[in-house]
Amino acid sequence: MHKFDYLIPETLDEAISLYAGHGERAKYIAGGTDVIVKVKERKINPQYLISLRHIKGLNHISYNDGELRIGALTTHRDLELSPLIRKDFPIILDAVSNIGSVQVRNVATIGGNIVNAVPSADGAIPLITLGAEIRIRGPKGERSMALEDFFIGPGQTLLEPGEVVLEFIIPEYPAKTGAAYVKHTRRAAMELPLLGVAVLISLEDDMKTCRDARIGMGVLAPTPIRAKNAEKILRGNPMDELFLREAGSVAAEECKARDSIRGKAWYRRDMVEVLVRRMALKAIERADKNNV
Amino acid sequence: MKKIAFELNGNKMEMEVVPSWTLLELLRDHMELRGSKSGCEVGECGACTVIINNKAVNACLFPVMEINGMSITTIEGVAKPTGELHPIQQAFIDKGGVQCGFCTPGMIMSSKALLDENSNPDEEDIRHALSGNFCRCTGYTQIVEAVETAGESLRHGQVFERKSQ
Repeated sequence: MHKFDYLIPETLDEAISLYAGHGERAKYIAGGTDVIVKVKERKINPQYLISLRHIKGLNHISYNDGELRIGALTTHRDLELSPLIRKDFPIILDAVSNIGSVQVRNVATIGGNIVNAVPSADGAIPLITLGAEIRIRGPKGERSMALEDFFIGPGQTLLEPGEVVLEFIIPEYPAKTGAAYVKHTRRAAMELPLLGVAVLISLEDDMKTCRDARIGMGVLAPTPIRAKNAEKILRGNPMDELFLREAGSVAAEECKARDSIRGKAWYRRDMVEVLVRRMALKAIERADKNNV
Repeated sequence: MKKIAFELNGNKMEMEVVPSWTLLELLRDHMELRGSKSGCEVGECGACTVIINNKAVNACLFPVMEINGMSITTIEGVAKPTGELHPIQQAFIDKGGVQCGFCTPGMIMSSKALLDENSNPDEEDIRHALSGNFCRCTGYTQIVEAVETAGESLRHGQVFERKSQ
């Protein structure tokens, strides 16, 4: 493998200033399961890897006043094993428990997954569906934005050189909200999804009418997207077969499925229709227990 | 070259390393610990699985500088220095979970990481824990049975204490 120096800053400011000093010859590394692979495949050629692993304050899963905050350096495995996530945010468990393998999840971070920004990112789709905000710090200071707006293309985000993701903030949802995610694969493990579908539904007190719906889709466009037309079908309507099927069919139309090495567009569109309905039903079931 | 200090199979080590080495490179090419295998080199096959601070990881993607201050167990550190096999290793043999043996070190390490954390895994737990380890020979059934058997041995009071060399 191409040689590089490996730097271990202790604070975020130190990391940012090291990056500023080395510029294009440097790359941040968190878990390394994407970066080291890219170096081995000669896709990137950094002379310096700046490790983010030892920076304090970026590795947390905390829930205060209804707001869930996940530090960018949290590993997928920590999310998978977190009792809080398992109980109150099972949609996140749906996503992370199938990323890579145990070995990968033990080191790979949610921040790294988002920044790597593959269209299939299992980490991104549920977070977008939950309306997450992403907080970033860089040489010019701190900023935040809706995670949904962060992705601009396959592997491309609005992250500027030198910037580091700090955390993801998931807002509070009203009672009677449930959410679920499915990663549709050919194999049981160690695979990128053919498509990913996340559905969040908030019900009115009657437990039948949809107050709010959010649908996230992965691998069905160059970036993770929301099926906003399908969401409109659900909002304000009773959650019966008629509207669930309609939502599925509208989501299938609005996605931009393509043929790829893993599957064909027609199959993906067919599956969007099925999975939107299936995940909506699961979300409704969870809304009963108030689990997003 | 940079200096690092870590614990390996119960022994304290201090070494000078090239910062761009992976842990797998350090083990195989510079410490002659060739039990951990080089399979895919991209974290997909699990043949290089080792345990760092009680977590199974792929050594092929683990930057060597990050082992500083950590406690590492490799396949070489599973049996006792006397040669007495760990119950997991014995179970793999007894249940026919080894054919060519290439995946075996990684399988044992993933199994050990699982059983150290959960001494009573069911089949789904075992398959989930081993989903990052490929085997081309066995079809996995005997491997799963081996882990179940090992779990039983460990639960029924068979304590396996391994002192460092």
